[in-house]
Amino acid sequence: MATKGVKPPEHWIDPATGEYRVIAPGQTFRSITEKIARIVLTPHTPMGWFGLFTVAGGGATVLLVAITWLFLKGTGIWAITQPVAWGFAIINFVWWIGIGHAGTLISAILLLFKQGWRNSISRFAEAMTIFAVMCAGLFPLIHTGRPWVAYWMLPLPFTMTVWPQFRSPLMWDVFAVSTYATISLVFWYIGMVPDLATLRDRAQSKIAQYSYGLLSVGWRGSVRHWMRYETASLLLAGLATPLVLSVHTVISFDFAVAVLPGWHTTIFPPYFVAGAIYSGFAMVLTLAIPLRKFYHLESLVTDRHMDNMGKVMLVTGFIVAYGYGMEAFMSWYSADHWEAFAFWNRAFGPMGWSYWTLIACNLVIPLTTLWSRKLRTNIPFMFFISIVVNTGMWFERFVIVVTSLYRDFLPSAWGTYRATKWDYATFVGTLGFFTFMFLLFVRFLPMIPMNEIRMLLPAAKIKSKAAEAAD
Amino acid sequence: MPAREGIYGLLAEFETPGDLVRAARQARADGWRRMDCYTPYPVEEAAEAIGFHRNKVPLITLIGGLMGGAAMFALQVWVSVLAYPLNIAGRPLYSWPAFIVPAYEWTILWAGLSAGFGMLALCGLPALYHPLFNAPNFRDGATTDKFFLCLEALDPKFNLAETKAYLAAFKPTSVVEVDY
Repeated sequence: MATKGVKPPEHWIDPATGEYRVIAPGQTFRSITEKIARIVLTPHTPMGWFGLFTVAGGGATVLLVAITWLFLKGTGIWAITQPVAWGFAIINFVWWIGIGHAGTLISAILLLFKQGWRNSISRFAEAMTIFAVMCAGLFPLIHTGRPWVAYWMLPLPFTMTVWPQFRSPLMWDVFAVSTYATISLVFWYIGMVPDLATLRDRAQSKIAQYSYGLLSVGWRGSVRHWMRYETASLLLAGLATPLVLSVHTVISFDFAVAVLPGWHTTIFPPYFVAGAIYSGFAMVLTLAIPLRKFYHLESLVTDRHMDNMGKVMLVTGFIVAYGYGMEAFMSWYSADHWEAFAFWNRAFGPMGWSYWTLIACNLVIPLTTLWSRKLRTNIPFMFFISIVVNTGMWFERFVIVVTSLYRDFLPSAWGTYRATKWDYATFVGTLGFFTFMFLLFVRFLPMIPMNEIRMLLPAAKIKSKAAEAAD
Repeated sequence: MPAREGIYGLLAEFETPGDLVRAARQARADGWRRMDCYTPYPVEEAAEAIGFHRNKVPLITLIGGLMGGAAMFALQVWVSVLAYPLNIAGRPLYSWPAFIVPAYEWTILWAGLSAGFGMLALCGLPALYHPLFNAPNFRDGATTDKFFLCLEALDPKFNLAETKAYLAAFKPTSVVEVDY
């Protein structure tokens, strides 16, 4: 099935240049600007938006209730105890931050590789990163048990003269995640400044003019500014690339540095990063498919985007598959009794169902089907795959955290893990909060970078000095 | 400080980036220096045309990154060796490989902040007022689909009537006077 249809369909080829189209033909600078700006500037909020906003707001309220109860009662309301001291909080932390990674990959790594197709999806993927990192950062914070003293993790001169222990990966996490959140925010905001200026100039209401006017810091499109802006974007992309690779690497150190079988392995850093990008692209699809449908953006977020994202998922999915294979191989090749048992227990122990869910969701379903271009451009199917992979990646973290912990070296210390209703409430709550923030973003900020899309148009092409002299 | 009264410059509007670049190249060749182009997306050729080749953003980023990394590394050494030495399984206090990770993160953090905010500072932003916003066709065009060349009154070659005629020779859509 893969050999057929390697050439893209005819209507995707630009007859003028013979290039594979990124966006639909027949669009102008003004039509694109109007299409994207109207979503934000219209005084009429769609009813569907309100409906979703209510549901998401309900979810965010659940989070608020769950956290309030947690602060009143302590982490005892969760299922964490010995031997499983890291439960849902760490699973969700790793899952959310992994989701964020695709946004940075799209905005930074694909920028460095000059992948023009990223322009349509980069802005909302970056927004997804920021909201996902917000959800992620919440979990370790509330998992500390006493979040009001969480600032002890920072190297600050307290009267107690106690300082953090910098040799611990958990401290590295503090710096990795806080840097990641800050740089993502700066990258997102700086990238948005010219578009905010467009909104400022098109806004009708006074409030919108003032707010976009302030946010756009007086951007006027001087080419001198543009050149500095382009340099800064490239540099930020160059900085975000090693950053995104380091963040999930550092998170994998939280596990890999421990001596626990199932955690103590050198494959973790690359396998965590690949898994992060895998689940992140799945989340980009989960968000992009309803967005393009709802706001009629099919001419900007095209089938080619679905196709390319499917390919990225195929590649990262196979890296993840290699990681699973290596774990199984090492449990045998290490000739270590505990390693072998940890693997056997994962697959065939009382929680084996979670391992097989992960294998089905991350390997069997996506990696057999994503080969076909027909399926990669089949929108309902891609939506289905995105949900499956998101589920699978959540179970991967469940397997890593729970099934490594609940049966360690001494059978007398074995236990089990069953999440409480507060665990579920907190998780569902962050899903609600994430959707809530994302809906606010699509209503009030430009979700597609207008200035970058303009560069993709044929009208933006300029003859070189030499070609002009020849005319 | 430029005078805050009278004319800021003359603003010519073009329909295509090609026309703008041609006009800007010619103006530069004719000796104009106080000028700028305004476009709705980055047009590298226009920057080349007005003689803007290099900028200081990379230097600021490098300095910011080096300072961030050095500061974090120094802080960790001071905390772990001098301020609060902890003996963990007899390992050396100056265990520098462990300090690389936070220092690496701070290199990126401060390099990124320097790149972003340094870029804005070099551009003189935030600047919520600019004389160009007074031009009637500027605000709808410059951030949407029009391309502008502005010859500024501070240039010694500037003469209202002559410059207007000079710009008109490039066949722009319009030439307007911009007041302070």
